[in-house]
Amino acid sequence: MADKKKPTPKLDELEKGPWPSFVKEIKLSAETNVASQAVLGILERSYNEKIGHWKHGGIVGVKGYGGGIIGRYNDIPEDFPEIAEFHTLRVNQPAGWFYTSDALRTLCDIWEKHGSGLTNMHGSTGDIIFLGTTTEELEPTFNALTAAGFDLGGSGSAVRTPSACCGMARCEWACYDTMAVAHDITMTYQDELHRPAFPYKFKFKMSGCPNDCVASIARADMSIIGTWRDNIQVDKDAVAAYASSGKRDIAKDVVEKCPSKCMAWDGKTLHIDNSNCVRCMHCINVMPKALAPGKDRGATILVGSKAPIIEGALLSAVFIPFLKMEPPYEDLKELVHAMWELWAENGKNRERIGEFIQRIGLGNFLEQIGLEPVPEMISEPRSNPYIFYEVKKG
Amino acid sequence: MATETGKRITDIGPPYYEKFLPPIIKKNYGKWKYHEVLKPGVLMHVGESGDKLYSVRAAAPRLTSTKTIRLFAEIADQFSGGYLRYTSRNNIEFLLTDEKKIDPLIERLKKEGYPVGGIGPSITNIVHTQGWVHCHSAASDASGVVKAVMDELFPRFEKMDLPGKLRIAFACCLNMCGAVHCSDIAILAVHRTLPKINTQLLPKICEIPTTVSSCPTGAIRPKMVDGKQTVEIIEEQCMFCGNCFTVCPAMTLADAENDGLSIWVGGKVSNARHEPMFSKLAIPFIPNNPPRWPEVVAAVKNIVDVYAKNASKYERMGEWIERIGWPRFFKLTGIEFTKYHIDDFRHAGETYKRSLHLKHTPAEG
Repeated sequence: MADKKKPTPKLDELEKGPWPSFVKEIKLSAETNVASQAVLGILERSYNEKIGHWKHGGIVGVKGYGGGIIGRYNDIPEDFPEIAEFHTLRVNQPAGWFYTSDALRTLCDIWEKHGSGLTNMHGSTGDIIFLGTTTEELEPTFNALTAAGFDLGGSGSAVRTPSACCGMARCEWACYDTMAVAHDITMTYQDELHRPAFPYKFKFKMSGCPNDCVASIARADMSIIGTWRDNIQVDKDAVAAYASSGKRDIAKDVVEKCPSKCMAWDGKTLHIDNSNCVRCMHCINVMPKALAPGKDRGATILVGSKAPIIEGALLSAVFIPFLKMEPPYEDLKELVHAMWELWAENGKNRERIGEFIQRIGLGNFLEQIGLEPVPEMISEPRSNPYIFYEVKKG
Repeated sequence: MATETGKRITDIGPPYYEKFLPPIIKKNYGKWKYHEVLKPGVLMHVGESGDKLYSVRAAAPRLTSTKTIRLFAEIADQFSGGYLRYTSRNNIEFLLTDEKKIDPLIERLKKEGYPVGGIGPSITNIVHTQGWVHCHSAASDASGVVKAVMDELFPRFEKMDLPGKLRIAFACCLNMCGAVHCSDIAILAVHRTLPKINTQLLPKICEIPTTVSSCPTGAIRPKMVDGKQTVEIIEEQCMFCGNCFTVCPAMTLADAENDGLSIWVGGKVSNARHEPMFSKLAIPFIPNNPPRWPEVVAAVKNIVDVYAKNASKYERMGEWIERIGWPRFFKLTGIEFTKYHIDDFRHAGETYKRSLHLKHTPAEG
């Protein structure tokens, strides 16, 4: 039980209701861990005062790594000495977040021995988050993790832990092997992941199809999103079965909702003008038994998305309309290296690559990394005449 | 680590995922044919081989005790051969091959307090950040607001009765570790007052040039105070982004009276039908009211209910709003439109209405 001498009436209110309660979780850990008990206390205080009590700053880490640990201290250590230091470890998740029960128990054994027992499954970037331990315990925790086959993820101005949707492991729509690419990229860039050397963070996210289950287009400096070039695969009998069973109104639910109006339904046959299909996934999503992405599959490579800080939020922009995504992914890595070289040399402190591209101009960026501009990269050409012409002199 | 041979292990990367995949997935990897949603929270994937994989999705709190992870492990041993996965939205999925075990598993999860749902046209788990639990720059608590909102919206998790998917996300400051900016509904905690400069501490722990250049609007400039180099803020240029606090811990932003929450709507990341969209401002500010933030809960529920009643089949929040227009969105939801809704940051003019395409209604009476 949590310390009865320090009641938590406000937090107790959040044990009520049908949704799983994080307060119940903290209390579970608090039964056997004094740091978790203190977390309850300091959080109750925040609920009373409407203010947080955590500080950042101070460089903590494990030997030879520049990231993976987030230093955290509370600002009232006299009241909560048990969590005066309460650092986070980011542990690199296996691609697709698949586990065996034994693997989870191994992680629990390590974290109950060396830390608070509180976790996030998972953090926003995808890592397994070990929430709270002392500076002294960092190296022993790391050693226990690596002995068990786990390693730290990224933090700071580094490659951040790549994440992938479940892809081919459990989805018929996966247009490339997302988990294989995530693992390959993670292993290729271990140095860039563990030793921050960039202007700011760099994230990779792999989604297997345009449904984008890992929000790659909104959250990755490089978004690798599956798509296809040939025709949508159609099982005519299965389309008819959707129609006759009444499960789908083909005209209303499918044809009318098509954003490129490339479909027609005559009551018997579904016609698709694949040359005008924008690969949005809607028709496939609503008739998964009848339609499937084509067989000539690969990915679109987009660059530059981010949250607002500093210059405003961005979505990723198309760089390579279609790439086959075959191992060892040399074409992809060549692009990555060219981009990193330019950005590392010219990017400002805390300038994400998307902001850097906006600052110098996409046209200039492409020219400097040696990528030909193509109309798929823009929604429309410029409408202003302020062109920086480069006329040869003499 | 100091292993038995004395060598420290580094840069091994994550465990190779293949060893965590159940045999049915290894066998059907890349060869799945189609899937069906059998009932709320239960997916069936069918392979070209005819093999069937059942995934049972349960709500998990993002903040999880190792004791609960052990419980999930034990449940997986009992029902799914020890195989399970987490989703990109912090749900847990048990991967079954025996159809007969689905209902007993659902019962067991319910009994333990981890209900099953969140698939199809429903509200699934809210992705969120650390909040007051563990973050230095939080303007609110994340877990608490999420818990209170999901308690209220719970029937929409268990049922599939919405027009389309509805994805809610929470971030506790503008850094948006939860990248909420493309969600159907985003709850974003905000600071609204100037950073408080600790002039004694600042010269010791912050680099002045880095601090000055961290400000996107150039609101920070160097200043001498008592012979020490520190900084000052041009008040009217600060938009409370907190970037200076990230690089300089001596400029704290938290303010018990003035921090609170804003609500944004209509974003999406999927390409289905409409292209991906950012979320747009619906409610500029609601004060913090722990432990259950009733005003935030009511505001989110109102938006969800109005959407559920008015949107057509498959329409996401943003698609629905685009169809009916923003004036009608504000009218239907009863949300007040203010000057804060009008963008005044970079390229703000792009969002001004510059046409006559307006949906007028006849004068009343």
